[in-house]
Amino acid sequence: MAASEHTVLQFGTSSSTLTAKIHPLVIFNICDCYVRRPDQAERVIGTLLGSILPDGTVDIRNSYAVPHSESADQVALDIEYHHNMLVSHQKVNPKEVIVGWYSTGLGVTGGSALIHEFYSREVPNPIHLTVDTGFNNGEGTIKAYVSSNLSLGDRQLAAQFQEVPLDLRMVEAERVGFDILKTTMVDKLQNDLEGMEASMERLLALIDDVYKYVDNVVEGHVAPDNSIGRFISETVSSLPKLSPPAFDKLVNDSLQDNLLLLYLSSITRTQLSLAEKLNTAAQIL
Amino acid sequence: MANTNTSTTTMARSFLQVAATEEVASPLRVVQIEGLVILKIIKHCKEFSPALVTGQLLGLDVGSVLELTNCFPFPIREEDEENEGEGASYQLDMMKCLREVNVDNNTVGWYQSTLLGSFQTVELIETFMNYQENIRRCVCIIYDPSRSNQGVLALKALKLSDSFMELYRSNNFTGEKLREKNLSWVDIFEEIPIKVSNSALISAFMTELEADTPVTQCDYDRLQLSSNPFLERNMEFLIECMDDLSMEQQKFQFYYRSLSRQQSQQQAWLQKRRAENAARKAAGEEPLPEEDPANPIFKPVPEPSRLDSFLITNQMANYCNQINGVAGQNFSRLHLMKALHEN
Repeated sequence: MAASEHTVLQFGTSSSTLTAKIHPLVIFNICDCYVRRPDQAERVIGTLLGSILPDGTVDIRNSYAVPHSESADQVALDIEYHHNMLVSHQKVNPKEVIVGWYSTGLGVTGGSALIHEFYSREVPNPIHLTVDTGFNNGEGTIKAYVSSNLSLGDRQLAAQFQEVPLDLRMVEAERVGFDILKTTMVDKLQNDLEGMEASMERLLALIDDVYKYVDNVVEGHVAPDNSIGRFISETVSSLPKLSPPAFDKLVNDSLQDNLLLLYLSSITRTQLSLAEKLNTAAQIL
Repeated sequence: MANTNTSTTTMARSFLQVAATEEVASPLRVVQIEGLVILKIIKHCKEFSPALVTGQLLGLDVGSVLELTNCFPFPIREEDEENEGEGASYQLDMMKCLREVNVDNNTVGWYQSTLLGSFQTVELIETFMNYQENIRRCVCIIYDPSRSNQGVLALKALKLSDSFMELYRSNNFTGEKLREKNLSWVDIFEEIPIKVSNSALISAFMTELEADTPVTQCDYDRLQLSSNPFLERNMEFLIECMDDLSMEQQKFQFYYRSLSRQQSQQQAWLQKRRAENAARKAAGEEPLPEEDPANPIFKPVPEPSRLDSFLITNQMANYCNQINGVAGQNFSRLHLMKALHEN
């Protein structure tokens, strides 16, 4: 082909379809490592573990920090440490492999290319994640990059870091509840009923909002929006249509089932404490 | 005068005593967990669910607060003899590595996942005793992945009560001893309140990344109407426990029956011997001793340990609490649904 005969400036194959998904644990881990970094270090770097999903998304699930030292023009990475840690992690979860590396700070810096090269030897096409722990431009920027090589013929000219879309949705953390992860101190975990109460309050607030909106539209204070209307009607129609007696029966049946269970468990508990008392009484006699 | 003098000396002594006891140990009041640890535990337990997994907790012991600042998972153990050494070396490696990145490498306990709260076993107590030998203060964090699907953060911090540990060390679970110590099944485990803390950096990131959303996944999970499978499993476990408990009770009945039989045998033997002795006395002979250790009816019947029945009882109480909790939630849900439907 022509390309092989002439020296042509070649861009590496760009992987525009690549996306990355990050679990909140990784961010927590990076922040923790950053807080615990050695005195003289300006940033922390480390390995990202995870897997590649069938649709090509890189799923970043775990991470660990790797000690390094950095001067103006060179970077030394503790490779032995990196390998030890990898072996330890794989003992627990063999499915998690290296997918890339992370560094704190904003954007890609000069030393990054060297480290990236090291990780490219560990895994093809690693992801480089940067987490701006310094909040340099006023927000905590989290970005992911892949590198593509810019080569002239056979000669490597430079590495180009290309940003890839990053999915920061945190389903896992949502299950725990942001309330406990967002603030610096929570005194008490919610129990069953308190959590229920909070959820119901939120639901009530949402319903109130919808009511207000509909009332405002009906009275002409707010311009109607068809898409919102469609969402509302969809929500309302998602309630199953049941005749009132059938619904009553359903609710009452479930109530009775639950009451029965409650009764059973209470009676068991009473029985247990009674047995305890009788036992000690019998032994005293 | 003399009176006041004695009172001051007692005062002084009591102050001294107080000071001494306070120096020995201030009781553990709160376990303070970092969000990072919670996420790590959840990740590990969830990925391997329904298999049960364990891991080590690292942190600091500060006065009456135990801070958990990091943790690492243990690989799933295979039933191998040689694995024991490998597990220990893994643990050492991991701690060494973590120390290098300035993580607190001070073991303060362990975490484990559980299925519907069925964690109260003899193994747990044994592990506890093992840990307690090396660390003065340790806790066990129990996480239940199955309950977390219902929007509850099912995290518990447990420790064994001191009086129970003392009793366990002497390995003496007879009814008499338990009564002496006034220990009932409620007193085996102590639950310690949990606090969650996050570094300011993490809190900033979380606020940045997630704007206040009106609904979260947690709310969806909580408002989910179908909790029947959970309740059914709970009931099944409860029934199993009841069977176990009745087995234990049969053991005790058997013990008491054999005990009373032995006592009546002993009485009969004693009366016979006394009559014999009276006859011998009348005949002017030496009386025979009133005890005969060689006789099998004087051998004490071993009393079965009450530990198992205590644990089972604890387990049952736990299931009952869970059922109560979920049923309570169900009531609210059903009423909510009714109200929604009427609207």
